[in-house]
Amino acid sequence: MRQIKQRHWQNQRRWMRQKHLNRRTRALVLTAVLLVLLLAVYGAGILIPQEAVATDFIHARQSPSWQHPFGTDNLGRDILMRTLKGMSVSVTVGIAASCVSAVIGILIGTAAAAGSRLLDGVINWLIDLMMGIPHTVFIILISFALGRGLRGLLAGIAATHWTSLARLIRGEVLQLRSQQYIAVSRRMGKSHTWIMVHHMLPHLAPQFVVGLILMFPHAILHEASISFLGYGLSPEQPAVGIILAESMTYLSSGMWWMAVFPGMALVLTVWLIDRLGENLRWVIDPYSAQE
Amino acid sequence: MEKKEYRRGDPNVPLLAVNGLSVSFQMYDNTFEQRALQVISELHLQVHAGEIVAIAGASGSGKSLLAAAILGILPDNATAAGELRYKGQLLVPKLQKQLSGTEIALVPQSVDFLDPLMRAGAQADGHRKPRPTKERRRLFQRLDLPKDTEKCYPYQLSGGMARRVLVSTALLADAQLIIADEPTPGMSLEQALAALKMFRQMADDGRAVVLITHDIDLAVSFADRIAVFYAGTIVEIANAQDFGEGPDALRHPYSKALWRALPQNGFEPIAGSQPYAGRLPKGCLFAPRCSRSTPQCAQKAPSMRALRGGEVRCFYAHGRPKE
Amino acid sequence: MIFHHLDQPARRGGRIALLLLKNSIRMLSLLFAVSLISFALVSASPIDPVQQYLMGIGPVSAEQRAEIEAYWGMDKPPAARYIHWLNALLHGDFGISLLYRRPVLAIIAERFLNSFALMLCAWLFSGMIGYALGCIMGMYREKWQDQVLRRLCYLLSSVPTFWLGLVLLLLFAVKLGWFPVGFSTPIGILDSEVRIWQRLHHLALPALTLSLLSFSNIALHTRQKMIEVMNSAYILFARARGERGWTLFVRHGLRNTILPALTLQFASFAELFGGAVLAENVFSYAGLGSALSAAGLGADVPLLLGITLFSTLFVCVGNMAANLLYGVIDPKLRDGVKQGGD
Repeated sequence: MRQIKQRHWQNQRRWMRQKHLNRRTRALVLTAVLLVLLLAVYGAGILIPQEAVATDFIHARQSPSWQHPFGTDNLGRDILMRTLKGMSVSVTVGIAASCVSAVIGILIGTAAAAGSRLLDGVINWLIDLMMGIPHTVFIILISFALGRGLRGLLAGIAATHWTSLARLIRGEVLQLRSQQYIAVSRRMGKSHTWIMVHHMLPHLAPQFVVGLILMFPHAILHEASISFLGYGLSPEQPAVGIILAESMTYLSSGMWWMAVFPGMALVLTVWLIDRLGENLRWVIDPYSAQE
Repeated sequence: MEKKEYRRGDPNVPLLAVNGLSVSFQMYDNTFEQRALQVISELHLQVHAGEIVAIAGASGSGKSLLAAAILGILPDNATAAGELRYKGQLLVPKLQKQLSGTEIALVPQSVDFLDPLMRAGAQADGHRKPRPTKERRRLFQRLDLPKDTEKCYPYQLSGGMARRVLVSTALLADAQLIIADEPTPGMSLEQALAALKMFRQMADDGRAVVLITHDIDLAVSFADRIAVFYAGTIVEIANAQDFGEGPDALRHPYSKALWRALPQNGFEPIAGSQPYAGRLPKGCLFAPRCSRSTPQCAQKAPSMRALRGGEVRCFYAHGRPKE
Repeated sequence: MIFHHLDQPARRGGRIALLLLKNSIRMLSLLFAVSLISFALVSASPIDPVQQYLMGIGPVSAEQRAEIEAYWGMDKPPAARYIHWLNALLHGDFGISLLYRRPVLAIIAERFLNSFALMLCAWLFSGMIGYALGCIMGMYREKWQDQVLRRLCYLLSSVPTFWLGLVLLLLFAVKLGWFPVGFSTPIGILDSEVRIWQRLHHLALPALTLSLLSFSNIALHTRQKMIEVMNSAYILFARARGERGWTLFVRHGLRNTILPALTLQFASFAELFGGAVLAENVFSYAGLGSALSAAGLGADVPLLLGITLFSTLFVCVGNMAANLLYGVIDPKLRDGVKQGGD
């Protein structure tokens, strides 16, 4: 009966391998499309001149129209333009913070796997600690410590997001270290660095890249949330969280467009990045990707 | 009511008849097209009440899928063609669902096939109601299982106990057809013999046992007939004693080669390897490895024919030389 | 023949006690670390709580200011202040909130009750819905049910809590007027006079917001687990015995996926609390979350520290419950058999 199981699995696997090839092509195409879309949003945000979001009291509080597809706010600023600009700010902050966090994650993860048992224990405890404080609370604390503003936001997100990647890298390195071919290389007198570069890195790099990209959505959502609570960027910088916080004031006066459209744009962006990461995982590492 | 109907049955009608069974998997190619991958081709087999038929062949030849096809538990992406009959009745999925676990029982190989979070007693009882708890207790006793076995979780059972719990499921169901898939690997010789004796007993009680194995020696000593499985089909069905007599008594070149590959008969390896399911030869499946193949073999697959009290799939199999 | 002793209640009890002890020690060490880190962070802040406090009082002389600083211990070095604070903490004194001018512990107790109601609703609701959806996705893997639900889960996990709150608020409170726009109790009515249905009325939208956003995680996790189970040998055998559909699900699927799901749900208190902070702010719900953001913005250091510690305690209790759950329910772990090989 194990035979059935094995055969079943072999066939399943064989079938999946075949399916991968076409999923892979699909994932590649999707990745490219998503990337182009994201770059478009991002580029638009950067390229839009400051004049486009200038105050214009004559056209304040307008509901969506062809001229202002997302409507205008209480100061007459075009919400579409503000959203695009805000999105690029949010994405930049999210990506910058994730990158810092990912570097922390890879350092701590390799240290845990390569170091002594004691170090591993300490790092595990540290990870438990990070998971013990709700992220929102910790980011608020860090932001408070750094006097609110952009710096606090960046530090807060960077300090909280590294745990899952560290765990992943730790597991990978531990598993790689027990592999036969690593032992063989060591017997053959290869140096640690050589093994690291030739055997570890090729395995770790894709994991790292995918882990990093999948960190972006979380980081961006946290950025928006914390800005919304009033801890992040200053109101002059139109981050999406801030636009939405402003919209709170005008909810009961019927200016629904101020809340709905920027939020939708945020959801769309986050979702795009999330799908981009998952598709990239399909391209790079089909077996670990969940369908 | 219906159940009784099957039970009576005509003794001349085989308990299980497999006619031209083919199983293939739907797969996707590099291109976006679907392709069928044949793993069992044109298989014929008849099993009668009271006998043990061993299905013997190398691992990876697809013999376990035969069991899955009979029980109706093929993976979703597999399709079966051909005809399965149980006591003359066509085994359609609805009937399969009804019969599996009652009339037809699977005896799997290891403790892995027990739910890790369910106690052994409840697992042996199965899902059908009313629960046969009383009978099961008696049966456990007969199988030498300690009294508190029923309260054990699978991880608490030894290999031999797990096997007996698995066998008990078939006995409790009072199944007429028992399919035992690789029941012996991982067991000590005594345990393997004990398990096979249990199957012999079942057959002698008038049931039929299909024993799927890659261990020809064990098959020879316990089975009545041996079906030699190669690359997804049965190439020869021989009486067990034919294997005892030697290659001359056997019919198919593969069976003969298999006999010679046994340790006690010279341990002579068979050249080449089994074809991969995606690249089956067009004609006889064994032709590429057969020393006696002719252009005809590569063109057309031979069909199953009766020969000397057995069956064979070879153009050139013949009567015994010098007889 | 290896045969395990079946029932060893004494050993089992001992093992659970040991597990409890280990987890408690770990929890205490984490709480201590959090107290240290959060105090250090707050001390390092350029935001001056005394200044913030005085803004609410009006102009004071330098002498008065020095007096207040001395009263708060601001003239001492941070280490000394920390020890003082920790000592008071261990005696049950969390200090006085600057914003509310009441003991921090009393505020936390009162606010937590509100937050707890909110989180409990969301926890139960998201857990049940998420688990059910996960099971459906796992059982109908790659069929249309799975495809649709999975995409929905992906989309929901990209939605920020506060925005969903805003949209629900717009739709149900502003547009349709079915629910109040904010505040956990009606304004102008004494707390004791608030009826239970009024509380529920105010609770509904925040709880809905919070649950909608937490179920995708548990659903996707349960799906994965269910697929693993459905590919297992024991499911193959169960199918060979004629079990299909609902029977198969109840006998094996449920049994083998409920524990991981419960564990995950207990281990997700941190996300729950983080979500509650946002939902409470959107709906002006008087819970710990809105108190937290107010404390941070108003430089109410004692309250900020108190809530940080309390939320850590809350999360740790959830994590501990998750750890213990496996020890108590999983028969293998319960009898102290090391897991492995499967």
